[in-house]
Amino acid sequence: MTHTDKQVKQLDRVIIRFAGDSGDGMQLTGDRFTQETAAFGNDLVTLPNFPAEIRAPQGTLPGVSSFQVHFADHDILTAGDAPDVLVAMNPAALRANLGDLHKGATIIVDTHDFTARNLTKAGYTASPLDGDTLAEYALHTVDLTGMTVEAVKEFGLSRKDASRAKNMFALGLLSWMYGRPTDPTTAFLTKRFAKVPDIRDANLAAFKAGWNFGETTEAFAVQYEIKPAVMAPGTYRNITGNLALAYGLVAGGVQSGLPLFLGTYPITPASDILHELSKHKSFGVTTFQAEDEIAGVGAAIGASYAGHLGVTSTSGPGVALKSEAIGLAVMTELPLVVVDVQRGGPSTGLPTKTEQADLLQAMFGRNGEAPVPIVAPQSPGDCFAAAVEATRIAVTYRTPVLLLSDGYLANGSEPWRVPAVDDLPVIDPAFATEKNHFPNGADDPDSSEFWPYLRDEKTLARPWAIPGTAGLEHRIGGLEKGDGHGNISYDPANHDFMVRTRQAKVDRIADSIPPVEVDDPSGEAKVLVLGWGSTYGPIGAGVRRVRKAGYRVAQAHLRHLNPFPSNLGEVLKGYDKVLVPEMNLGQLSLLLRAKYLVDAVGYNHVRGLPLKATELAHAIGELVGQAEGVDIDLGVWGEPSQKEHI
Amino acid sequence: MSTSPLTDLGLPGLRSGTEQVPAADGPQTGKDFTSDQEVRWCPGCGDYAVLKAVQSFLPDLGLRRENIVFVSGIGCSSRFPYYLDTYGMHSIHGRAPSIATGIATAREDLSVWVVTGDGDALSIGGNHLIHALRRNVNMTILLFNNRIYGLTKGQYSPTSETGKVTKSTPMGSVDHPFNPVSLALGAEASFVARTIDSDRKHLTSVLAAAAAHRGTSLVEIYQNCPIFNDGAFDAIKSPDTKADAIIPLVHGEPITFGARLEDGRGSKALVRDPASGGVKVVATTDVAADDVLVHDAHCDDPTMAFAISRLTAADYLDQSPIGIFRQVERPTYDDQAREQVASATTDAGNDGTADPSARLAELIGGGDTWTII
Repeated sequence: MTHTDKQVKQLDRVIIRFAGDSGDGMQLTGDRFTQETAAFGNDLVTLPNFPAEIRAPQGTLPGVSSFQVHFADHDILTAGDAPDVLVAMNPAALRANLGDLHKGATIIVDTHDFTARNLTKAGYTASPLDGDTLAEYALHTVDLTGMTVEAVKEFGLSRKDASRAKNMFALGLLSWMYGRPTDPTTAFLTKRFAKVPDIRDANLAAFKAGWNFGETTEAFAVQYEIKPAVMAPGTYRNITGNLALAYGLVAGGVQSGLPLFLGTYPITPASDILHELSKHKSFGVTTFQAEDEIAGVGAAIGASYAGHLGVTSTSGPGVALKSEAIGLAVMTELPLVVVDVQRGGPSTGLPTKTEQADLLQAMFGRNGEAPVPIVAPQSPGDCFAAAVEATRIAVTYRTPVLLLSDGYLANGSEPWRVPAVDDLPVIDPAFATEKNHFPNGADDPDSSEFWPYLRDEKTLARPWAIPGTAGLEHRIGGLEKGDGHGNISYDPANHDFMVRTRQAKVDRIADSIPPVEVDDPSGEAKVLVLGWGSTYGPIGAGVRRVRKAGYRVAQAHLRHLNPFPSNLGEVLKGYDKVLVPEMNLGQLSLLLRAKYLVDAVGYNHVRGLPLKATELAHAIGELVGQAEGVDIDLGVWGEPSQKEHI
Repeated sequence: MSTSPLTDLGLPGLRSGTEQVPAADGPQTGKDFTSDQEVRWCPGCGDYAVLKAVQSFLPDLGLRRENIVFVSGIGCSSRFPYYLDTYGMHSIHGRAPSIATGIATAREDLSVWVVTGDGDALSIGGNHLIHALRRNVNMTILLFNNRIYGLTKGQYSPTSETGKVTKSTPMGSVDHPFNPVSLALGAEASFVARTIDSDRKHLTSVLAAAAAHRGTSLVEIYQNCPIFNDGAFDAIKSPDTKADAIIPLVHGEPITFGARLEDGRGSKALVRDPASGGVKVVATTDVAADDVLVHDAHCDDPTMAFAISRLTAADYLDQSPIGIFRQVERPTYDDQAREQVASATTDAGNDGTADPSARLAELIGGGDTWTII
């Protein structure tokens, strides 16, 4: 495929959203465009968005599935607030996504499905393609399906099968428009459909036809060029959060020398972690698909007791079911990594949408005083490092750890610089091998005993003695343990002491984590924006907008939610105002207010979608205005469509 | 590895449940398995008898103490692990089978035991029990059935007879009870047995067979609660009535019970019931000797074992088959899970010497990558 002599226009970033029926293959189309874009060398962030129903009624609004990709010639932080280009495969896809577009955006519509029936299903009384309702957009009406069927007719497919290749026609067209390399998709289709030559050839033909259509038609006069981004040296790959998280767990196993045992039950949006880990048995990984959430965590606790790295993966409703077992791991002080890929709640909530509303569940969602360390990744690729860190804490401190990912991180993707294995922390399980208590002094080894609750002075971790170790036979359980010897104890003073000791052990983890870093270029900002988890991107983009507009603002992001980094209190004191954006009703704000008596100001949305950078910029700007006593005007930086570097 | 005479099946090709568990270096005694913790069940509790039987049986098993793990849930019987000087975990209500599944799957060199009760295993933990049995994880489950809730002080349990008057059912319970053996057979358990707390000899022989079995062994132990359900098992324990109440199951033997006839057979016999497709009790002298059902615990089809289990009285326990209902070979979950890991490891060309760091680097650096210099 060669380039034409059509006009070529330079852009520094573009946001494209592919939208269609859930059976139209929009996730695949978006994923392929993303891979082409990654191979080209742009920075990118993606946002898949799909219904919980596998196949909602065809042509309806609930059945619309979309995939948004934001790519640029510079580093970017979010999947973008408002698409520059919408590809709509049917009336419902147009109607469901139109409200997110800015005026002047490009809309490419497959006219084939704009029939009276489909228009009605989407709630249109008249076709929006007629008249001037879309006059403020650059509308391209194309019979994508018709041209696809025409392009693949030589392969003798049924009309239905032939029309299914329309997503590849659309991909070909968009690939031409943005000068994407086509080899990766050609190779992908050849491999994926190797066993069904007709389908393979039809998809390849549709893809090529889409490209050629762009090149030859007069409808698309301009081709766009987005130069590769300047990125730090290294080897990169595009990666989703769930994949990175699974790799991080494998790495945690390798770095600790422990066989990994995943006990889990399928749940959206965490299931891909199970799928991925089940492929890596060659790393000594055992995956156990249990009968329910409780059995999943129970088996993981059993495996940890037996000397494996016990892991359980789930989403919010599953954490609720596992709570009692997590409490058992707190009491028995066994290593356990609990992965919570958060989704919209409460109850079943919004299974395929994102939210950050499990922070307080992670923090407090158990009976009794049951402190559990919490670690949160901030971007899809960062899920890798966060999983390694969760493993480090779990093994070193003999404790369950909650790893709080979310639906946006899980399914979203970004280019990830592959870390050097040598740079990963080495995790020492330090199994107990000898008796540790000498009632008559070390001179009398015959009287020696094994005390399972004698603690390491520095970490307060107890010894991990695994079955098969002679002489260290011991019993643990959910009943309160006597300090040191670990036998059942109902002694009031002992219980008070043990409750405080378990808390102190978790607090001690702060000694092993880096201080929170503040990005405050001028050093004179009065407002700090503090976040955690997947809001990192939108907060960063919002902060950039405010700074571009000429105002000062500081930003910090928390990897550790429990315990907090030791310097967090000091950092908070250094600012007049602290803004805490979250996809919940203020859960981190609550913790900060309680612990540091800081007047944290919340910025909270629970729409099942990532926060929008533009809206955040306005919220930050407003607070900066109050703190500095000035009127704030963000100018173009307050508009979602501005095309400068963000 | 283990050469325990008790668990050596003497059958080539059949793998013992403790085959990969290291044998003890020398003789052991019950004292070796007795922890320093004071036993705190009520006086007269049937749990004492079971504990004594297990403590005297374990030395005969001949395994290293450190390679034995007892896991329990919640309830009176679940205090069991504290009293044995092995590895053990007293976990949470109903979940012991899942915790034991993790232990047994992680480690082939451990002998894994679950101690549970009728409430723990059949109410709150019913789901885990049936799935452990279905998967056939290599472990032995001792289900202490006293047909009452003891630790919560006397409410009816899922094995209590209908109409049971308790603290929570002053007008009598309206629940239909589970028959644990029928339930286990329905879940296609590969080893199902029933025994009695006070019959040390039978209990010990069942424990030995259960330990020898590779897969999940479910042993229901009738256990008297002298405080909240005293006398529940009197009919099968009393010398006056037990001959008529116990239907003894011995593999390969015709099933008869009741007062002895001159030829040594019991006066009552089990025969097939063409009308129901099940099994019924008849006078031994009324049927031809060939018509008396011969117990076949090794029959792959659990239908007959299930039919026999239905002869258990659902109300007052005046009739109950006792013995090994079913004992069949079936691949275990843990063996197969470990086999997959082992074969994947071999396929990856990793015989244990390959550098895991290099393989990790290869994994995370795989896929479509690009390099920026």
